[in-house]
Amino acid sequence: MSLEVRSLRPRDRAPSSAGLAPAPVDRRSRWVMIGLGVGLLLAAIAFMTVGAKGSWDFVLPFRGTKLLAMTLVGVAVAVSTVMFQTVTDNRILTPSIMGFDALYLLLQTFLVFTIGSARLAAVDGGVRFGGEVAVMVTFGVMLYRWLLIGARRSVHVLVLAGIVLGVLFRSLSSFMQRLIDPNEFQVLQDAMFASFNSFDRSLVWPAAGLLAVAVSVAWGLRRRLDVLLLGRERATSLGVDYRRTVGLVLVVVAVLVSVSTALVGPIMFFGLLVANLAYRIAGSHRHAVVMPAAALLGVLALVAGQTVLERVFAFDTALAVIIEFLGGIVFLALLVRGEKR
Amino acid sequence: MIDVLDAVKTYGSVRVVDGVRLTLPAGGLTSIVGPNGAGKSTLLSLIARLLEMDGGQVLVDGLDVTSTRSDVLATRIAALRQENHLTSRLTVRDLVTFGRYPHSKGRTTTEDLEHVARALEFLDLVPLADRFLDEMSGGQRQRAFVAMVLCQDTDVVLLDEPLNNLDPRHAVAMMERLRAAVDELGKTVVLVVHDINVAAHYSDHIVAMCDGAVMVEGSPREVIRPEVLSSVYGLPVEVHEIAGRPHATYFPPGRPSVTFSIA
Repeated sequence: MSLEVRSLRPRDRAPSSAGLAPAPVDRRSRWVMIGLGVGLLLAAIAFMTVGAKGSWDFVLPFRGTKLLAMTLVGVAVAVSTVMFQTVTDNRILTPSIMGFDALYLLLQTFLVFTIGSARLAAVDGGVRFGGEVAVMVTFGVMLYRWLLIGARRSVHVLVLAGIVLGVLFRSLSSFMQRLIDPNEFQVLQDAMFASFNSFDRSLVWPAAGLLAVAVSVAWGLRRRLDVLLLGRERATSLGVDYRRTVGLVLVVVAVLVSVSTALVGPIMFFGLLVANLAYRIAGSHRHAVVMPAAALLGVLALVAGQTVLERVFAFDTALAVIIEFLGGIVFLALLVRGEKR
Repeated sequence: MIDVLDAVKTYGSVRVVDGVRLTLPAGGLTSIVGPNGAGKSTLLSLIARLLEMDGGQVLVDGLDVTSTRSDVLATRIAALRQENHLTSRLTVRDLVTFGRYPHSKGRTTTEDLEHVARALEFLDLVPLADRFLDEMSGGQRQRAFVAMVLCQDTDVVLLDEPLNNLDPRHAVAMMERLRAAVDELGKTVVLVVHDINVAAHYSDHIVAMCDGAVMVEGSPREVIRPEVLSSVYGLPVEVHEIAGRPHATYFPPGRPSVTFSIA
């Protein structure tokens, strides 16, 4: 196009056809979703049927509950990580890295320390779950609001704050762990790693209800989240109420992470892994694509991983250990490359 | 119409904008000039409600920018800040489409696509529309951000150094387009510019700021005068008449004095 500036009158020009052509990325995104969906379906079928011995009446509900738990955790961790990374404008930090997992550990330690594992075991599972979720949501919202909404802070300050808080919580935990009975410590150790074999099955449905609400709020926010990708000032300039939106996003994130952690335990680097994979393959920046893609990836990773673990390695190790190993490597790689995306 | 009533912004003990009182009429191109740290960009951010004021008031078409809903203001004021870093990977078209958010809330309509296509064309970005911003030069990116702001289609457009990173050809083109937006579409455009001669050549109104306050304001002829500019910048400035227009030169004596102007 020539640059005859005087002739550039906005009104006289018909819109170019180039501006109206559908973007090729939409088609790619659709194929990615279909691929992930099919993959997940196959993994779920494999998980439900491979190596089943004995009565289907037992096997299907037994594995079905596990499958549901993995779905909940996969979706919750993936969606919360994507939202959190959008509002913090970075691709390295996740709610877990910002001290959430350490808080969960501290909470568990504190409960065993003060009440004792025997009496704790007698507490109704639902009450305990509700209490844990409430404490973590409250803390999470307070922490994130303080860190993110007040003064502007760089990503590096946030990482540092997260690490320092994590160390603080872990030190408090290990202090209490030294004082308790070794048998109690054994009980506590189970809580330190996420496990899909030893969670309380009666909690799956209440958790599903809570997560369904949180995820639908997240879905409703998807377009505003897209605008937040432009950063605080540009989003404000485009008419997004920044404080209110980020405040709401943080509540949703806190609920998602708390419910998932209270259900199966902490998985620190899992969110980082699936969110960054989703950015890469989704072929779009839109949350309407990235959030579902991350969620599908999350569930797929858990279900496929657990299937392989149970059938091939015969429960020799915990899935969380493998995920942390891979996720940790990705985290380091991202840090070393200095990639803030 | 923009009314700034005793606007104050402080960072710690420094009053960056110190009781600015200013009225800018609807329509017309206003340039804010002044030395570094004069508070130009901060004033622009206050008008665009991108920073919270520590005192005073800003009214845009009679709407108080601190109390009016952000989404209502977004259909009236569009603002571009200097920094154009982005964390996520967007194409030029994606970015420009965001400019339609105040109107369609993310549900892009055919009308939005027409606006996007027009803005792309307006800033000579059609061949670059599907390129990713992080793979483009600073000047190209700058044009993409300006296209987004124009796509917002507001009456008031605030631009902080829109000529950053632009070569002379694109700088002139940008100013001509902004001028066209004022003359043909009746927009109110406010710019922060560093090149005094660009301000002199294209503005209807020039505001010279110094130490957080407005020092002088008026037509280019009233502001582009040696004694005014010398005191604003703390530097001897000469003004010469070239082809019937004032041109400022500000190179110290001892070297051959050059008129530096892209116009």
